[in-house]
Amino acid sequence: MEDCLAKKMEITVSEAEKRTGRNAMNIQETYTAYLIETRAVESQSEGHCAPVDSLWRRYSEFELLRNYLSVTYPHIVVPPLPEKRADFVWHKLSADNMDPDFVERRRIGLENFLLRVASHPVLCQDKIFYAFLTQEGGWKEMVNETGFQLKADSRLKALNATFRVKNPDKRFTELKHYSDELQSVISHLLRVRARVADRLYGVYKVHGNYGRVFSEWSAIEKEMGDGLQSAGHHMDVYAASIDDILEEEEHYADQLKEYLFYAEALRAVCRKHELMQYDLEMAAQDLTSKKQQCEELATGTVRTFSLKGMTSKLFGQETPEQREAKIKVLEEQIQEGEEQLKSKNLEGRDFVKSAWADIERFKEQKNHDLKEALISYAVMQISMCKKGIQVWTNAKECFSKM
Amino acid sequence: QDLSLPNGTPVDTSSPASSSSLLNRLQLDDDLDVETRDLFVTVDDPKKHVCTMETYITYRVTTKTTRAEFDLPEYSVRRRYQDFDWLRNKLEESQPTHLIPPLPEKFVVKGVVDRFSEEFVETRRKALDKFLKRITDHPVLSFNEHFNVFLTAKDLNAYKKQGMALLSKMGESVKYVTGGYKLRTRPLEFAAIGDYLDTFSLKLGTIDRIAQRIIKEQLEYLVELREYGPVYSTWGGLEVELSEPLEGVSACIGNCCTALEELSEDMTEDFLPVLREYILYAESMKNVLKKRDQVQAEYEAKLEAVALKREDRPKVPTDVEKCQDRVECFNADLKADMERWQNNKRQDFRQLLMGMADKNIQYYEKVCVT
Repeated sequence: MEDCLAKKMEITVSEAEKRTGRNAMNIQETYTAYLIETRAVESQSEGHCAPVDSLWRRYSEFELLRNYLSVTYPHIVVPPLPEKRADFVWHKLSADNMDPDFVERRRIGLENFLLRVASHPVLCQDKIFYAFLTQEGGWKEMVNETGFQLKADSRLKALNATFRVKNPDKRFTELKHYSDELQSVISHLLRVRARVADRLYGVYKVHGNYGRVFSEWSAIEKEMGDGLQSAGHHMDVYAASIDDILEEEEHYADQLKEYLFYAEALRAVCRKHELMQYDLEMAAQDLTSKKQQCEELATGTVRTFSLKGMTSKLFGQETPEQREAKIKVLEEQIQEGEEQLKSKNLEGRDFVKSAWADIERFKEQKNHDLKEALISYAVMQISMCKKGIQVWTNAKECFSKM
Repeated sequence: QDLSLPNGTPVDTSSPASSSSLLNRLQLDDDLDVETRDLFVTVDDPKKHVCTMETYITYRVTTKTTRAEFDLPEYSVRRRYQDFDWLRNKLEESQPTHLIPPLPEKFVVKGVVDRFSEEFVETRRKALDKFLKRITDHPVLSFNEHFNVFLTAKDLNAYKKQGMALLSKMGESVKYVTGGYKLRTRPLEFAAIGDYLDTFSLKLGTIDRIAQRIIKEQLEYLVELREYGPVYSTWGGLEVELSEPLEGVSACIGNCCTALEELSEDMTEDFLPVLREYILYAESMKNVLKKRDQVQAEYEAKLEAVALKREDRPKVPTDVEKCQDRVECFNADLKADMERWQNNKRQDFRQLLMGMADKNIQYYEKVCVT
């Protein structure tokens, strides 16, 4: 990662702002704009900080960037964007895109996205990406000029390839299977986690009722009064503590979500391989059949049934000159075909090699990130328990003074 | 196990409950001087009896004493709930000015609660044990003749029948609760106690409801947790490097489920019954207050009658006054007792939840992610 952009430049998405404007169909809409700040990393000896450059981007521009990167670098597992709409919410969280908490989490997610791209050895060198960070005006036009939309494979084509390809690289098939399973297990996890959070919230909040009733009860007691009153206070603290705890957990959920979406990116690379492989197989098949046709014409034998063969039998054979011409054309086509096949093969092999290299890089990143996420989750739980112990210990002390 | 009572009598260690019952006894000895205790009662060893007419549970009641009122130093008899109920009624009849401790609820809705389940029987046993211990602690009630018979008689039913006959002969000394007298003013302090008891029962009722609600929420939380844990395991199956930490998380969550289950069980078995018992206690205390009011009303009426007749009738008023004094005396005494007991109960309750939090922490710390 020596030359990656992230080392040379500080990138932050520092603010989010609500804006209104007119969209492409001239309809008034509200959207959120995010401020991207960049600053060149100066060496320590120079002692002064470079000035900060900044520009505003909205979510749809991020989407455009990502689409461009996915099409232009199909062999790379492109980092995902944070979710477009709030999903996996539990009852206290809002599903509203304009909700400040959602906007805040999205801001963090977008920053994370930019940092991931900037630290990728290949992606960080892309000029469009650089322009996204530094050039406010005319960026959209610049992207469209690359014509990347034309290079994009149609979904239908890709789907077709999935079912018809005969010899895909086994590793990619396994990987695709893995990414499907990963998606399914993480979504399940996130769904259940949301329900768990909901229930836990309920448990904590009901304890708040203790606070009130202890307070009322303490009013009629003499020796027990003070103890009850202060214990009640601790119950209130307990009930209130759940809000912060669950907010912190959302961060963990976001980390899981990132890898949920990463699974999709992984699958995209596998699909690309299938497509290329399919193309290759089709080209090879085409070549074989042309060669066969050529041979048949040359030797005059019809080994395979063909409409041409039948019609010529019925309507008479062609003249030798006609046949010669046909053979010539075919031979040219065969030559072309062979060259194409060669280059496709090369392309395919290159793709497999570079894709696999990036996949290995991704695997390492994933293992590292998820391990850290699990550790921090465990730490969160431990801290939650410690807080619980603290509260109940305090309450116990109050009770013992009754 | 080598246990012996503070007064030197060896404890019967044949039953598994003996060490906990020893603990119970020691808890009881907070106020009373350990050396001066001369009566120890325990309820344990529940057994199911199946007869043609019915099925029921009996409990072993063990007594150890040096009191002269008892012929032997040790007794062991079998009693069923009916017998405890009879005892309580007898005590109420013969000592109407005193607060008789409450019994656990008599009726259980069949089908909802299993009367023969281990948890139910154990909860009841504890309550019956406490009932007898409270009587034992009481300086007047513990010398009651019916109590003595309850603890010692081989055939309690025979005595019960005999008692019925005696009752009809005795009559007057038992009937303190006379109806028909209206109390003019309740003395301030008793009015205050009455108000206190009202609010007290109310608050306890609320706490009971809250505790039940918490248990319910905890169980729902548990349901979700039970689904949550295995998903990590499934994920672990997909991964290579991450499978160990993921399995670790799954196992931890499983342990949390167990700990949570234990907590809910403990709350249901230990905390709630005590709350309910105190509510019953408050109810019976209110009844005693009413009786006291009745007695005072009678006293006042008679006093008036005396004043009108200008006769000197010192006997009845003096008796009544004596009664009143006793009520006041014991009321205050038992109230102090109650506070102390509540204190101890709360400590237990807190320890319970502390235990839960502790367990949680232990298990979470076992997450082997590095």
